Amino acid sequence: MKKKIVSAVLCLSMAAALLAGCGSSSSTSADTTEETTEEETEEEVAEEETEAAEETEEAAEESEEAAEVTTVTEGVLTMGTNAAFPPYEYYDGDVVVGIDAEIAEALAEKLGLTLEIVDMDFSSIITSVQSGKIDVGIAGMTVTDERLENVNFTDSYATGVQVIIVPEGSDITSVDDLSNEDLLIGVQEGTTGHIYCSDDYGEDRVIAYTNGATAVQALLQGKVDCVVIDQQPALAYVEANEGLAILDTEYVIEEYAIAVSKDNEALLDALNAALAELTADGTVQSILDTYITAE
Amino acid sequence: MEKLISGLKLGLYQTFILDNNYQYFVRGIGITLLVTACALVLGLVIGVMIAIVRSAHDQQPANKRGPVLKFLNGVCKVYLTVIRGTPTMVQLLIMWFVIWASARATDSNMIRCAIVTFGINSGAYIAEIVRSGIMSIEAGQMEAGRSLGMSYADTMRFIIIPQAFKNVLPALGNELITLLKETSIVTVIGLKDLTKGAMIIQSKTYQAFVPFFAIAAIYLVMVLFLTWLLGKLEGRLRQSDIR
Repeated sequence: MKKKIVSAVLCLSMAAALLAGCGSSSSTSADTTEETTEEETEEEVAEEETEAAEETEEAAEESEEAAEVTTVTEGVLTMGTNAAFPPYEYYDGDVVVGIDAEIAEALAEKLGLTLEIVDMDFSSIITSVQSGKIDVGIAGMTVTDERLENVNFTDSYATGVQVIIVPEGSDITSVDDLSNEDLLIGVQEGTTGHIYCSDDYGEDRVIAYTNGATAVQALLQGKVDCVVIDQQPALAYVEANEGLAILDTEYVIEEYAIAVSKDNEALLDALNAALAELTADGTVQSILDTYITAE
Repeated sequence: MEKLISGLKLGLYQTFILDNNYQYFVRGIGITLLVTACALVLGLVIGVMIAIVRSAHDQQPANKRGPVLKFLNGVCKVYLTVIRGTPTMVQLLIMWFVIWASARATDSNMIRCAIVTFGINSGAYIAEIVRSGIMSIEAGQMEAGRSLGMSYADTMRFIIIPQAFKNVLPALGNELITLLKETSIVTVIGLKDLTKGAMIIQSKTYQAFVPFFAIAAIYLVMVLFLTWLLGKLEGRLRQSDIR
């Protein structure tokens, strides 16, 4: 009898543990970015002290804005990104840094929120925004009609260009050469490069990798003949790997923006307002300039 | 409620009809089944060979084991340890990006790589399953066979293996089902299997519900079919037991 009771208790506690595991999706994502947030909170404490005076002045405005905006976790702006996309987002140690991370940091500060970055597959970002796992998708993401059907986009904060990476001395010298039937094109899954290439050259010749670095790895080994990807990460990849070159001709030019859930118009408006301020005072440009050296 | 239904309709439309997206599923099923079937055959060949070496070694008294058998047994043990001790996805990445680094990313190359990796992986598990089957047959049967003048190979082939096979069939069925589902990780090397098909549709249409539930259902149906088939085989093999 005792044994039965013990086993029943054990079963129950296991079931409880299982259920607890299900419920805490927000806490697990918090775990992965714990270090980031810890550092941020430390910074924030410091900032808060110095800004204490300013804050009393801005208190009326700030509290108004903070009250308007609802986020997945209260007081936290959760950002989804794919941190293999330098210089927009990449790991420095175990912290995600880059243009998008800094812009998000600045935006979160404007909105009076703490920033939390979640690293995920690029193709999952929009779905995650839709289903309310994250507040914003900031991942060098281009505005397209299909994406607009599923999420809202803020105003654009940067211009992106799709370029073609080839091995040095490759036969591919222009975009037109891609129509050669024997060529294999590597892309990052779900990116505009993937979409355009599939539309232009057919699924069979387009190999989708979960991140850009793997696509470049495949190119280096000759598994694919070229990689179509955004210009800035392309420059970073070419710099990091010998024997690669970027074609002079650009494939597609596009606008980057932040994806926000269609159910959260207030956040969209707040982000647009904050973005306009940051663009006006030159913050956005200076962030872009720190990472992208003009040619 | 209406919103839910219209959302579901849009999901179904975008997942299957738009751009002929259903073809991702059709081709994906083909590739998934091809990889599973070939890997199973390869795994069975590897597994049976290793099981024979391992059980021959283990069933001999320690002082009568020959040096060749000891060596082979050692090799098999290393293989089992390494393959069962590392994640299949890591094995797949190593096979594709390191061992077979020179391969071009054509479908046929990726399929070959997947079959070899899953075959080698599955072989390790099948080896232990088959060994358990062989060792479950009493030593007396081998002795009886040998006393009647049958060679070791013949005794194995006609007496031990048939009985062992019947004993391990449920466990082998488990392995087959696991293998079928595990092939979904070939997505990391870019092979367009069933799971990759759903992922591509998700990345194109941003629908998650319909494509993922669809492949879940397809995997389930495939597993149900395999289970039914295995049940048939088991029933047929069991006919000799009913007297």
